Amino acid sequence: MHHHVMEAVLGAAAALAVPVALIGLAGEPASGRDAAVTVEIPAAAIDYQLPGEFLADGRPAAAPSEVRAVDAFRIMKQQVSLADYGECVDDGACQPAAARPGQVDVPVTGVNWLDAHAYARWYSAATGQSWRLPTALELAVASAERFVGDSYSAIADDPSNPAIRWLRQYREEVAANRAPDPEPKRRGHFGSNSLGMDDFGGNVWEWTSTCYERVTLDPVDGSVRGAIENCGVYVMEGQHRTYMSSFVRDGKSGGCAVGTPPDHLGFRLVREEPAFIAKVKSALQRGLTSMFSGTGKG
Amino acid sequence: MFTRRQALMGVAAAAMLAAMPALSAAANETEIAALPREKVTLVAPPFVHAHEQVATTGPKVVEFIMPIVEKPVVIDDEGTTLQGMTFDGSIPGPMMVVHEGDYVELTLINPDSNSMPHNIDFHAATGALGGGALTLINPGEQVKLRFKATRTGTFVYHCAPEGPMIPWHVVSGMSGTIMVLPRDGLKNDKGEPIAYDKVFYIGENDFYIPRDENGDFKSYDSHGESYADTLEVMKGLVPSHVVFNGAKGALTGENAMKAKVGETVLIVHSQANRDTRPHLIGGHGDYVWEEGKFANPPAKDLETWFIRGGSAGAALYTFLQPGVYAYVNHNLIEAVELGATAHFLVEGDWNDDLMKQVEAPGPIPIN
Repeated sequence: MHHHVMEAVLGAAAALAVPVALIGLAGEPASGRDAAVTVEIPAAAIDYQLPGEFLADGRPAAAPSEVRAVDAFRIMKQQVSLADYGECVDDGACQPAAARPGQVDVPVTGVNWLDAHAYARWYSAATGQSWRLPTALELAVASAERFVGDSYSAIADDPSNPAIRWLRQYREEVAANRAPDPEPKRRGHFGSNSLGMDDFGGNVWEWTSTCYERVTLDPVDGSVRGAIENCGVYVMEGQHRTYMSSFVRDGKSGGCAVGTPPDHLGFRLVREEPAFIAKVKSALQRGLTSMFSGTGKG
Repeated sequence: MFTRRQALMGVAAAAMLAAMPALSAAANETEIAALPREKVTLVAPPFVHAHEQVATTGPKVVEFIMPIVEKPVVIDDEGTTLQGMTFDGSIPGPMMVVHEGDYVELTLINPDSNSMPHNIDFHAATGALGGGALTLINPGEQVKLRFKATRTGTFVYHCAPEGPMIPWHVVSGMSGTIMVLPRDGLKNDKGEPIAYDKVFYIGENDFYIPRDENGDFKSYDSHGESYADTLEVMKGLVPSHVVFNGAKGALTGENAMKAKVGETVLIVHSQANRDTRPHLIGGHGDYVWEEGKFANPPAKDLETWFIRGGSAGAALYTFLQPGVYAYVNHNLIEAVELGATAHFLVEGDWNDDLMKQVEAPGPIPIN
């Protein structure tokens, strides 16, 4: 089972314990802790370039794009801050981050996938809500016009000479010529996208719950024939898509073999709308809509 | 082995004999003054000034001018700054190429914008601490040194003022290489002539940058302010950076070295302070002079070669496959974590006979 599906199921189960009385009309459950500001990402269907490595006829192929739909969801407006992460560390539920810049209102960086996952569990307990890492698809939808995905095609330019692709990719990465940006920035520094989500594509790459996989494509129609998933490695999104081992805290020591590696690794979380609550909320909204529009038949 | 006399009987023997009647004996000033002179303009590494591999004339006096430049140098992608000291503004200092029997005549300049005395010790030279004792100059001074290139090979030169100043100046960037070619060019292990299409010159540096209480690299406003802290790190013998050509990434990306399948490259690797072990990932050293001295036959088919700290070695290789090659110090921690990685981009046709992916990665079959 995909990890994020597992998380979603666990999240839904946990949320059943939240008394319905605490749910406001806007669907914001109360909690013992001020939860992070989120932005609502409307349901969308996007042309999505699949993450992973693709082979057709035994040769590297370009990542295929497919139309993928997601329901509406809420995601943190900002990346998890160093201060918020520090509370989890103080509670003994998170490992200290590897990067400890002087300022506090900066995104936490120097965190690996396991740290991000541990934080989500702690944060869910602390807020009484259900939080998890976004899937790569959710991050693609939420980052909207800032989404980049894979910058370079992995396609074998010349089946008889693998070096042509290696040299092309090297030159493309060199031409992109991204200067490293190691200085931590205050949250909000890189501004909001059209959906109100801050800082995506700045100098912090974000963990997702999507595993790396190697996919075999049908050489004729390009359909997926099979895939080997490796959930020791996760998709990260940011200025470009990259893949990192779950224990890596420093982008320079994992991922991109050539080209400029991620400056920093961080994350933000999606607030899971449990199926039960979503149903109640949707019913309430339907009822309200009916009342105000006068078209209710109820 | 080829003796020096045999070498002299090589390609341009007649011309040489006419020009150097008594070089085996000590030449006097009048005889040296009668030799032709050549002015060479040095170029920054990894490139090397134009030169003949086989000398077509007799011995010359080859003139070089090198200003010493003290300047801050950024040595990694995090912006870490070294209070650098350089020969001619580059780390390593530029490579000089002459032939055996030539005279090297160097004008060394210490501009008054500098803050410290400097000198130069040529491992290729004989006497006076390699010239160090005759070249110590203060800011605002210059000196001219002549030495005879009597031994062939690749040799380190470096600054060697005195006491703890010696290692400090060297690990601040003050080292370079001179290559003294046999007059009749390079030979393989059988004594047959071999030549290169291109020469690349890689200087490896170990840097010792102090850290602050948070573990971040410190920067200083001057050499003097950096000295005491740097010396402490140096004495621990654990470099903070091990890099090629003065900075992490100096020979990657836009500055990756370029070659073609079928081309023969000579890679000169110089390390003035610390042992290293170059390795071309996916390639070899066809002929390698580990110690860098051409009077010894080259070793063949090496995977990795050992360059002793305080020496320069040379490896000759003909590229057989296209691709992106990493040229590393094969202490891979130093290569990947500390910076000692360069890249070669090699164009050409793939050779399936040498290598082929017979079966692409896929699921393990279940029987």
